[in-house]
Amino acid sequence: MNVIETTGLGKCYGKAWALRDFTLAVPEGSLAALVGPNGAGKSTLMNMAVGLTVPTAGTVTVLGGMATGSPAALDDIAFMAQDAPVYKNLSVADMLHLTRNLNRRFDSSAAASRLADLGIPLKKKTGKLSGGQQAQVALTMALARRPRLLILDEPLSALDPLARQDFMATVMTAMTDDGVSVVLSSHALAELERVADYLVVLGGGELRLAGEVDDLLAEHQVLTGPAADADRLAGQFSAVQVKRAGAQAHLLVSDGGPDRAVPPGWESHPVGLEELVLAYLRPAGGGARPAGGGMSSAVLPGSRTELTEVSK
Amino acid sequence: MSVLALPAQPVQGAAPALRPVPWQRMIWVTWRQHRGMLTSVTAVLAAVSLFLLIAGLKVHHDYTALVNCRTACGAMNQSFNNIDWTMGNTILILMNLAPALLGIFTGPAVLARELETGTFRYAWTQGIGRLRWTIAKLVLLAAVITVLAWAFSQLFAWFFDPFLGFEGMNVLAKTVFDTRGVDFAAWTLVAFAIGAFLGMLIRRIIPAMAATLGVYLALDLLAWLVLRQDYPVAIDTTNASLFSGPNTPDSPWILKTWTVGNTDWWRYIPVSRFWPMQFIEASWLLILAVALGAATVWLVRRRAA
Repeated sequence: MNVIETTGLGKCYGKAWALRDFTLAVPEGSLAALVGPNGAGKSTLMNMAVGLTVPTAGTVTVLGGMATGSPAALDDIAFMAQDAPVYKNLSVADMLHLTRNLNRRFDSSAAASRLADLGIPLKKKTGKLSGGQQAQVALTMALARRPRLLILDEPLSALDPLARQDFMATVMTAMTDDGVSVVLSSHALAELERVADYLVVLGGGELRLAGEVDDLLAEHQVLTGPAADADRLAGQFSAVQVKRAGAQAHLLVSDGGPDRAVPPGWESHPVGLEELVLAYLRPAGGGARPAGGGMSSAVLPGSRTELTEVSK
Repeated sequence: MSVLALPAQPVQGAAPALRPVPWQRMIWVTWRQHRGMLTSVTAVLAAVSLFLLIAGLKVHHDYTALVNCRTACGAMNQSFNNIDWTMGNTILILMNLAPALLGIFTGPAVLARELETGTFRYAWTQGIGRLRWTIAKLVLLAAVITVLAWAFSQLFAWFFDPFLGFEGMNVLAKTVFDTRGVDFAAWTLVAFAIGAFLGMLIRRIIPAMAATLGVYLALDLLAWLVLRQDYPVAIDTTNASLFSGPNTPDSPWILKTWTVGNTDWWRYIPVSRFWPMQFIEASWLLILAVALGAATVWLVRRRAA
């Protein structure tokens, strides 16, 4: 079963396509990471999946074919929107009670004990909590609904590193204990690298790359060799990205699994998830890019960069 | 025969139909989210009511004394005319604005606040669904506000009774008609409905409040200057004696006079037609309020984030 399935999905605001010709199938039981720069269409995709936004083109279904926004879909999907909107004038206890009243299922005792563990006082107004605590309250409410699918839009952006770790720990526990599928968007790659098992890369409203993380890492490799051979090799393998550093060139290639023969004079390295994502977000999209001009990418492998807007 | 390619449909019969979240849960939700607004409106109305009660007792006392006065009534008459009437008239003017004010402070925020703060992304993705959520909130708030307004207008009507027949005032006068019977409550309901609709349409509270005031005043003027005299309650007559004599609480509302040959004709609405007029006006206001509510729900349904 696919928790989110789209076919030719598009959303147009005025004349600008926020998302375009988007076909995707996110499998059940995974933690799927939607990554891409701001404005890539992540929120648009998520809002359509939870029924807040109506597609301009194409179709989207959830949890094995349910219509988005249908009673059954609303019942089984918990959504945490960007910036974790909560009613700031309500106390944490009132927010819980509110959510309980608005849903068929709600595990009050689990929510209360979880907030107690986190040291979040029930009587405090949610507006007086820190950003991290607000996110935890929103996540606690979402999980207490006992959803089959949890959709989280940029849940980590307002959190400090420690809070990010706590937040992701809660999400992972829900996955292992209750079998919740998770779709999570982020422009911070570092936190996702260890936890995501399905990856969706969006850029400029288009799908750049999607697949199981293990498969993607196995399918790609970095070839390092003399810069003089780079262009020839880039054509021979379908290179996603060519980077030059002096006399050396690094080619990120997609069709050479670990077993593929490495040309003489070149070395093969496994690729990191972050490096892979960044390569697919460069303007050329999935294809090989002309390697002229000696321009080298500013991205260093393993660097903990946050993605920035890519020119369209 | 060609095979139709259908989009994926929900699996039928795979699970028993979901029992929706019960409506009555929305009572607590609405109360908890809007109790600040509801208590402040109630508190203001209660404070004004207390004032009306005290002032009304004085007005009624002064009026009774004046009516029963047999000799040397000049000072008493002057006092009633100046002090009591000035107060009564001032409150009457405020009463005419009250439905608009009630609508402005209750209607626009219901949906515009959710849109302004982004909390609609929370509210509309809960299991209850956005339609139930919207309908329940609008109906509950409208009912409470309308009942409060009705009760308040009954007290005001009692307060104002001594002034009827005064300065040409009777229950058919525009400013008086609006504050009595079921009219005040109906106008308040419509003001709330206009506010809620414009809040959803404009999506921002302050501009929606301003727009609500504008639309309300336009509608009020339309009813006053155009619609009300055409309610099918007027009577044509040649009986001139009906229109002679001093203004009393029973003086009719003369719409127009004209002459055919040597005969003068009057078209007028007698005070006895007060209740038919009230129900005609309240009926179309109620229909308008329901239509605005339906339009609001439709906007919520098609709202794209």
